[in-house]
Amino acid sequence: MEEMKLEANKELNILKRSSSQIGSLQWLKKNLFSSWSNVLLTIISAVVTGYILFNTFQFIFTADWSVIAVNFRLLMIGQFPVAEIWRVWTILGVLTVLLGLSWGLWKGSMAHVAVSIGAIMLIMVAMPFIQMSTRLILGGNIVLLLLTFFIGTKLPKLKIPVIAVWLLYIPLTIFILNGFGVLAPVSSNIWGGFLLTLLIASVAIVISFPIGLLLALGRRSSLPVIKYFCVIYIEFIRGIPLITVLFIGQLMIPLFLGSGVEISNVLRAMIGMTLFSAAYLAENIRGGLQSLPRGQYEAAQALGLNKTYMMTFVILPQAIRAVIPACVGQFISIFKDTSLVAIVSLTDLLGMGQKLVANPEFLGKQMEVFVFVGFVYFIFCYLMSHVSRRLEVSLGAGHR
Amino acid sequence: MKKTITTPFWRDKRIVPILLQVLFAALVLAGGYYFIANAINGLQQIGINLGFNFLKNTSGFTISESMIDFQPTDTYGRAIIVGILNTLRIAFIGIILTSIIGLFVGIAKLSNNWLVSKLATVYIEIFRNTPLLVQIFIWFFAVLLPLPRIEEALKLGPVFFSNRGIAIPWFEAHSNTILWGIGMIVGLMVAVIFFKALMKKQLESGKRKYPFISAIVSFIVIILITLIFTKTGPVTIHTPSVSGRGFVGGQTLSPGYSAILISLVIYTSTFIAEVIRAGIQGVPKGQIEAAKALGLKSSTTMRLVIFPQGIRIIIPPLTSQYLNLVKNSSLAVAVGFQDIVSVGGTVMNQTGRAVEVISIMIAVYLTFSLITSILMNIFNQKVQLVER
Repeated sequence: MEEMKLEANKELNILKRSSSQIGSLQWLKKNLFSSWSNVLLTIISAVVTGYILFNTFQFIFTADWSVIAVNFRLLMIGQFPVAEIWRVWTILGVLTVLLGLSWGLWKGSMAHVAVSIGAIMLIMVAMPFIQMSTRLILGGNIVLLLLTFFIGTKLPKLKIPVIAVWLLYIPLTIFILNGFGVLAPVSSNIWGGFLLTLLIASVAIVISFPIGLLLALGRRSSLPVIKYFCVIYIEFIRGIPLITVLFIGQLMIPLFLGSGVEISNVLRAMIGMTLFSAAYLAENIRGGLQSLPRGQYEAAQALGLNKTYMMTFVILPQAIRAVIPACVGQFISIFKDTSLVAIVSLTDLLGMGQKLVANPEFLGKQMEVFVFVGFVYFIFCYLMSHVSRRLEVSLGAGHR
Repeated sequence: MKKTITTPFWRDKRIVPILLQVLFAALVLAGGYYFIANAINGLQQIGINLGFNFLKNTSGFTISESMIDFQPTDTYGRAIIVGILNTLRIAFIGIILTSIIGLFVGIAKLSNNWLVSKLATVYIEIFRNTPLLVQIFIWFFAVLLPLPRIEEALKLGPVFFSNRGIAIPWFEAHSNTILWGIGMIVGLMVAVIFFKALMKKQLESGKRKYPFISAIVSFIVIILITLIFTKTGPVTIHTPSVSGRGFVGGQTLSPGYSAILISLVIYTSTFIAEVIRAGIQGVPKGQIEAAKALGLKSSTTMRLVIFPQGIRIIIPPLTSQYLNLVKNSSLAVAVGFQDIVSVGGTVMNQTGRAVEVISIMIAVYLTFSLITSILMNIFNQKVQLVER
């Protein structure tokens, strides 16, 4: 009996193996050489791929990356004073702890984010030009990430505190970076590099979401004054390019606020980005509101809920869930669009790159600098779009 | 004693909405009034009165690329018109090129050839996940500006590459161009009439009448007649050549223009490719299977079954991609191509008229957006399903 089973298993294995061998050949035939035109296409695209890959590798290995190595700190955190650099490390540490805990607590998409951030840190540790102290701190962060992951898996009670700290994270970051009287002030005018890119993007995302929600609700309101105000705002902003919104921010906000109030360049750019992205998010959220069947509204009314309760407990949770992937897509474009602040002479990652290229010391290094800048943006955008695709699957939004 | 139940006014369903709206309007108006009063006050302090009279003043700056004649002695108003035309030029050519490339990449992504579809995926992922401005900078600062000087320009066929720009062959109208135009229109009309008539006969009699082939043949015949009659081509093609410190003949595309056009086309094409892929995949599988069951060829299936249904899904997102391209063309300001934003910036610097110039820019873009969406809506209504 037992032997027979073994025998059968063996046969099955052999069958499997041979089928997988035939499988790969068949796969090749089916996917690359199914017809004469297909063979031709395969050959042409193989030549194109080879040419592109060859040139890319040639560029990567022959380019002079010292310009990035020398200016790595400038590109990452701009001219943030070296003596105060511990603040940047502190906020990165808090971020690591939060990521690690969330990874342990929720797993799923969070795991992808945490692992990717950890991998980026690991790659940075491996880079030859990174200072020893930086390497140690980054290494410590990786250990911290893993440690807090285990704490997270063991202590599910931490969920609510972790959410609270996430909500407080951006105000906390800005407080630590700026000082606000408690610490020595570091004016936002010297914030720069990738740090500034991240700050502008996250402030714009976090603040524009509630505004967008209100605008979306307002647009569907039955009160004509509120409805048309929201419609006009949304269509107006969506009709003009971001650069004009940034110009409005830079040139007209100081005018509007009068001479009494002084606000920095960075804050003006943040306001511009926020006002801009709120209109786009509003349209995304409206899509979610419209996708809900009428029955949901009617059921809520039948239960005797008033409008506020109906919105907070029945409609919004479902609508927001439905539009999370679309919103992440919007966040990606906000993140990419922050590069436009370089035009209004802020030194974000791209602006810093521009400054480096203008420096006669680094003449002729444009390709290296901008390819590096583009690569950093690419990594983060790709990561976000990957997470958004996973969310789409896990939320089941794609199946409805 | 009769007791009437009266609801207090703050719970009255007829009054509360009105009160809310009045309150909201009052808040918005008060905010608006505060901001505008501040602005007018601040402008008066630096001696500027709002108004568009400055548009009649002499500009005094030069615009290197312009579709209409522009001299430094011309007015600011004319400068802004030049800027608008330049924006339109990028938008028009950009939309055509990006649609072609996007269609190509979108279909390539759906190809059943693994390598082709992977190549398309990589193309889409790389170019859509890198900010447009970074791509513009790479093309402008790292590719086009380091090209050799004009004296040592690279020659690739009839095309010249130099740091002064790319010179391509260009056509020019001559005395017989109008005749050619008439010939083409007549040819097209005859071809359409032939096609329709023969198609009708074919449908009625059920016998093959070759409508498509006869239409093409009739068109070619008329073109040949035109050729014999005029003894010239429709246009003369000028190939560029280097002369001293500039190109002669052909069309010179400045580095700024080329950079913005190339990056806009590539960046937008990735989004259009995804739109087209989603549109084709959005056609229910049953439709394709039904077409197969009817015995249609795959090209006929594509033309008569997939395309007409896919186009309905494609058009709305395609419209917003075209609008994005128009809006993104404003990034030309970063590489010094003088579109409306760039010209506006110069005017702002010279006159200090920030409010007016920004209002003009906003008006221009809103008009573009409005016109594009009206046109696309009309087109959309034409292809929409007529449900019974």
